[in-house]
Amino acid sequence: MGEGLEQLSHVSDRAGVGAGMIPRWVAPCVVVAFAFVMYASGGFVGDYASRVMLDTGIMMIAAVSLTIVNGFTGQFSIGHAAFMAIGGYVSGWLTYYGLLATLGRTTDLGAEHGWLLLPAAIIGGLAAAGAGWLVGLPSLRLRGDYLAIVTLGFGEILRVLLQQTDRQRFSSQEMSEVGLLGLIVPPDVGGASGFESIPKLTNLAWVYLMVGAVILFAIRLKYSSYGRAMLAIREDEIAAESMGVNVTRMKVRAFMFAAFFAGVAGTLYAHQPGTLLRPADAGYARSFDIVIMVVMGGLGSISGATLAAIVVSLLNVGLLELADYGAMKWRMPIFALLLILIMIFRPQGLFGLREIWDFFRSRDRTGGGR
Amino acid sequence: MLLSVHDLDVHYGAIQALSGVSLEVEAGQIVTLIGGNGAGKTTTLRAISGMIRPTRGRVMFDGREITSTPAHALVSRGLCHVPEGRGIFANLSVSENLDLGAYCRHDRLGIAEDRERALELFPRLRERLKQNAGTLSGGEQQMLAIGRALLSRPRLLLLDEPSLGLAPQLVQLIFTIIREINGTGTTVLLVEQNAHMALAVAHRAYVLQTGRVVKSGPARQLLEDPDVKKAYLGG
Ligand SMILES: Nc1ncnc2c1ncn2[C@@H]1O[C@H](COP(=O)(O)OP(=O)(O)O)[C@@H](O)[C@H]1O
Ligand SMILES: [Mg+2]
Repeated sequence: MGEGLEQLSHVSDRAGVGAGMIPRWVAPCVVVAFAFVMYASGGFVGDYASRVMLDTGIMMIAAVSLTIVNGFTGQFSIGHAAFMAIGGYVSGWLTYYGLLATLGRTTDLGAEHGWLLLPAAIIGGLAAAGAGWLVGLPSLRLRGDYLAIVTLGFGEILRVLLQQTDRQRFSSQEMSEVGLLGLIVPPDVGGASGFESIPKLTNLAWVYLMVGAVILFAIRLKYSSYGRAMLAIREDEIAAESMGVNVTRMKVRAFMFAAFFAGVAGTLYAHQPGTLLRPADAGYARSFDIVIMVVMGGLGSISGATLAAIVVSLLNVGLLELADYGAMKWRMPIFALLLILIMIFRPQGLFGLREIWDFFRSRDRTGGGR
Repeated sequence: MLLSVHDLDVHYGAIQALSGVSLEVEAGQIVTLIGGNGAGKTTTLRAISGMIRPTRGRVMFDGREITSTPAHALVSRGLCHVPEGRGIFANLSVSENLDLGAYCRHDRLGIAEDRERALELFPRLRERLKQNAGTLSGGEQQMLAIGRALLSRPRLLLLDEPSLGLAPQLVQLIFTIIREINGTGTTVLLVEQNAHMALAVAHRAYVLQTGRVVKSGPARQLLEDPDVKKAYLGG
C-alpha cells in the first residue's frame, strides 16, 4: 500500500518540483540569509565588505547558471563571460543613454531610480539568451567538443569586436548629434577604453535577489521532468534520445537558460559601483574562473557551484589583499594547484553530482557521490 | 504489418553497412534478427528508429512512413528502441530512470499503472528504486533498460542484444520476460547473437549476413535449417 503511494508521489514529481527532494530547513535558511543581506545592505557592512559580497554574489549567479549547461546537460561551455558581457553592454547601453537622454546625467541618482535595474536585468538576460541561441544552435547539433571551441572563440571575437566600438557620448547634446542609429551601429560603448559612468544601480539587495532567483530556478529545473531530461543527456545522449528526449532542442534550451542568467549577472556587474565595463570582461580569463567554480563544485551540483563561487571569490579577495607583496602573479598558479589537488582528491568536485541536502538525507543512495 | 522495411541501404561514410535489407514485423509477434558480429543488426535497428539516416529505402510503421523521422519523435508514436549496451543513466536513481521512460507521456494514472507493472515484472528493481542505476549488476541494468522502455507503453519494442554479457540463468530469465511482454500485446523486434534462444522465443526470424538478409521464415523452421544450424547454432 505504502509502496503504491510512493509511486504516485513519484509521478506527481514529474510536473513540477520534487518538493520532497529538498529538506524543509533549506527554505528558512534562505530566508534568514536574505534578511541578513537586506539588513547588511542598509549600511551595516562596510564599503569594502559589501563590495566583496557584490562580487561574490555575481559570481554565484554566473556559476549556478553555467551549471545548467556544463553540469546538467554535460556540455562543455567555456565562454560564459561573453554572455555576461552581452548582458552588461546591452543593459548598460540602455540605462546609460536612457538616463542621459531623459535626466541629463547618469550619476548621483536617487533611490527612486533603483527599480530600473529590474528591466535592465531582464533585457540584458534576454539579449544574452538570444546570443546563446545563435551560438548554441549550430554547435549543439554536433556531438563532441564543438561547443567548447565555439564558445571560447565567441568570447574572443566579442572581445575584439567590443574594442572596435565607437567612443562613448557624454551629453544629450552629443547624443542628438549622432542620432539613435549612430548610437547603435556601431554601438557607442567606449571601445578599448571601456564603458564609463553606467548608472550605479546595483546593490546587495538586487544581487542577492537574483542569486536567490537563479538558485531557485536551477533547483526547480533539476527536479522537474525537463531537468531530468537534461541530466539524461549528460548520462547518455543516445539513450536519452531513445526515451523521446529531443536532445538538440533540450541542449539549446539549457544553453539559453544559462546565457539568460549570465546576462543578468553581467547587468549587475555593469551597474556595480566601482567597476568599469571593458571588452576584456568578455574574454577567456573571466570565463575560466566560472568554469573552475563549476568543476570545483561538482558537475551538476547547484549548491556545490554556489559554494565554489564563494571560495574562489574569497580567494581572489585574499590575493588582492596581498597584492602589495606580489600575490597577484600567484593567482593562476594557485588556482591551477587548487584544481590539480581537487582532481587528485575529489575528481568529482566538492559535492560530486550531489547537493548539500543530499548529505542529510537517507544513505541508501549508495555510490551517489559520483 | 506493424513495421515494414523496404530495401534499406545504410552507409557509414564510405562503408556500406546494409544493402537492400527488407523485413516485416506483424503486430503481436516476436520477430528476431540474427547474425554474426558486424552483420548489420544494430545498424538495422538504428535505421528503423531514426538514429541514423538510410541512404536508400523506406521504413513504414503502422501504415505511415517514418524513414528518417528522428528517434525522439517516434517514442510517442509507440516505437521504443532499447539500444545496444543498455544505455542506463548511471548517475540517476533507478526510479528516475523509470520516470524518464515515461518522458513523453502525461497520463499520470497510466504511467503509475505501467510503472507498477514493470516493477512486478522485475521485482529486483523495486528493491533498488533509490539506488544509482550505475551500481546495478549487468543483469539488473538490462532489466532496468527493458522496464524503462515499457514505461513508454510501446507498441513495438526494438531490443538490441538484451542477453549480451549475462550469466546463463539471467539469459533464460530475460527471454522468459520478453515472451511475457509479448504476451501482453507488445510487438517485439529482437536482435540477438544468441540465435538458439532467439529462435526459440520468436515467431519469425531473419538472418543477416554482411548487411544482407540471407534467409527468413518462421522461427521454428529456421531452427531446423541445416545452414542456420551450422552457422549459428553450433552444428
Ligand atoms: N559508427 C560506425 N562507423 C563506421 N562503421 C560502423 C559503425 N557502426 C557499425 N559500423 C560497421 O557496420 C557494420 C555493421 O555493424 P553493426 O550494425 O554494429 O553489426 P552488428 O550489430 O550485427 O554486430 C560493421 O561492419 C561495422 O564495422
Ligand atoms: Mg550490434
